[in-house]
Amino acid sequence: MRIRIAATIGLTSLIVLAGCGGGTGPAAAEKSGSVTGPVTVFAAASLTESFTTLGKRFESTHPGVEVTFNFAGSSALATQINEGAPADVFASASPKNMAAVADAGTPATFVRNQLVIAVAKGNPKGITGLSGLTGPGLKVALCAEAVPCGAAARTAIDASGVKVTPVTLEQDVKAALSKVRLGEVDAALVYRTDAKASAAAVDAVEFPESAKAVNDYPIVVLTTAKNPGGARAFVDYVLSADGVRVLTEAGFQAP
Amino acid sequence: MTKRVPVPLLVPAVLGLIFLILPLVGLLARTPWATLPARLAEPRVVEALRLSLLTSSLATVLCLLLGVPLAWLLARVEFPGRRLVRALITVPLVLPPVVGGIALLLALGRRGLVGQWLDTTFGITLPFTTAGVVIAESFVALPFLVIAVEGALRGADSRYEEAAATLGSTRWTTFTHVTLPLVAPGIAAGAVLCWARALGEFGATITFAGNYPGVTQTMPLAVYQTMESGDLEGAVVLSLILLVVSVAILAGLRDRWLTAP
Repeated sequence: MRIRIAATIGLTSLIVLAGCGGGTGPAAAEKSGSVTGPVTVFAAASLTESFTTLGKRFESTHPGVEVTFNFAGSSALATQINEGAPADVFASASPKNMAAVADAGTPATFVRNQLVIAVAKGNPKGITGLSGLTGPGLKVALCAEAVPCGAAARTAIDASGVKVTPVTLEQDVKAALSKVRLGEVDAALVYRTDAKASAAAVDAVEFPESAKAVNDYPIVVLTTAKNPGGARAFVDYVLSADGVRVLTEAGFQAP
Repeated sequence: MTKRVPVPLLVPAVLGLIFLILPLVGLLARTPWATLPARLAEPRVVEALRLSLLTSSLATVLCLLLGVPLAWLLARVEFPGRRLVRALITVPLVLPPVVGGIALLLALGRRGLVGQWLDTTFGITLPFTTAGVVIAESFVALPFLVIAVEGALRGADSRYEEAAATLGSTRWTTFTHVTLPLVAPGIAAGAVLCWARALGEFGATITFAGNYPGVTQTMPLAVYQTMESGDLEGAVVLSLILLVVSVAILAGLRDRWLTAP
């Protein structure tokens, strides 16, 4: 995780430098009326698949724009942005982590997501709901409470009144899911979209309490964006009909 | 003959020193001294520190038990493929720890090569346990010990061992009565390096052993999680503790064992 983040930031700064050198800065873009240059998007780990798809489509309709993603837990991304990481767009998995960013402008909610119980293919332990996560010897992974999927899991578990003791608190939803895929845990609370993206390897068990912990996903052009024109265009694309279709196909709910 | 230090050597040397010290100064500059005592007494801090000291010490014991015989084998016994074995031992040294963690999962995890058998036969699973933390730390720290001890063994005068052998001592007796006392300082130095590496271990631990307070959340993991949750001040406090503990122990042992001849 650390390596990926570092590599992304390193690559991003190279691209940013290259962009400045080539004279394709935001000013030039706005003047010509079209957007160009690099756009750096910091997005919640649960957006990995859908934003990668959206990024490719956006690039094909906007020649000259290069979208770079940094996917991680929303809380880690918020910390990185506050410490000066070069981001143009921030898409968080909860308003709380968005609010933690000092340079956020006015965020727009673009999708909603809710939790499911991810289990091994075929559900060998026969888990049907949160109460099934308390069995002896049953291993459960949750996200750490600082990340949105962990906060949502805590809300849902508290609402159910079931006492779930996880064996590990993972740094983002993808890490929690990978523990199920590896067979190291029997179940993990992840977003419906993550379970859907890994449908070949895991099954999703829906549970009623997840309706009490629905996460709103806000997206914003950061006030410190180096390429505000490109960033605005990308956010508009995410909010467009095309963007909403990709996201709802991935299992997100429209707000 | 002039004793002046040449500028082309002095300038980079000073720059190198500043480069190493500056980040530590940065850490001290951001330390919230006023709230420090209250922060230090937080249960999760105490818990993470206790777990870190426990696991890195256990990892060092495990490394000594396995690493000293391995170093002896490499230094004293001619066998085919010795160079290959030595190269393999250094792999964890250059391997990114996260990769080590994934490799450990695939070998010792619940569905791993050996882990599967451990689970079905003995009901033992290592991930998400304190034992798993010790395994992860030992995996990355063992090469440090083996290399240090092997170096000490190669540097030791083998005539003492030969004299013991001519007097009828078995190889085992020679090892326990002659070799071990001879290379004790080298072993101690290796153990300190090994302990320090285990204390700072992050990547293999979080990947293989997971992250749960009191069970697998060691200090480096606590620093990372605190930083990720946006509590920069908390992360600085935890980092400072880790810095003080490691420097204190290294300084305490330095004069006794690590002094250059």
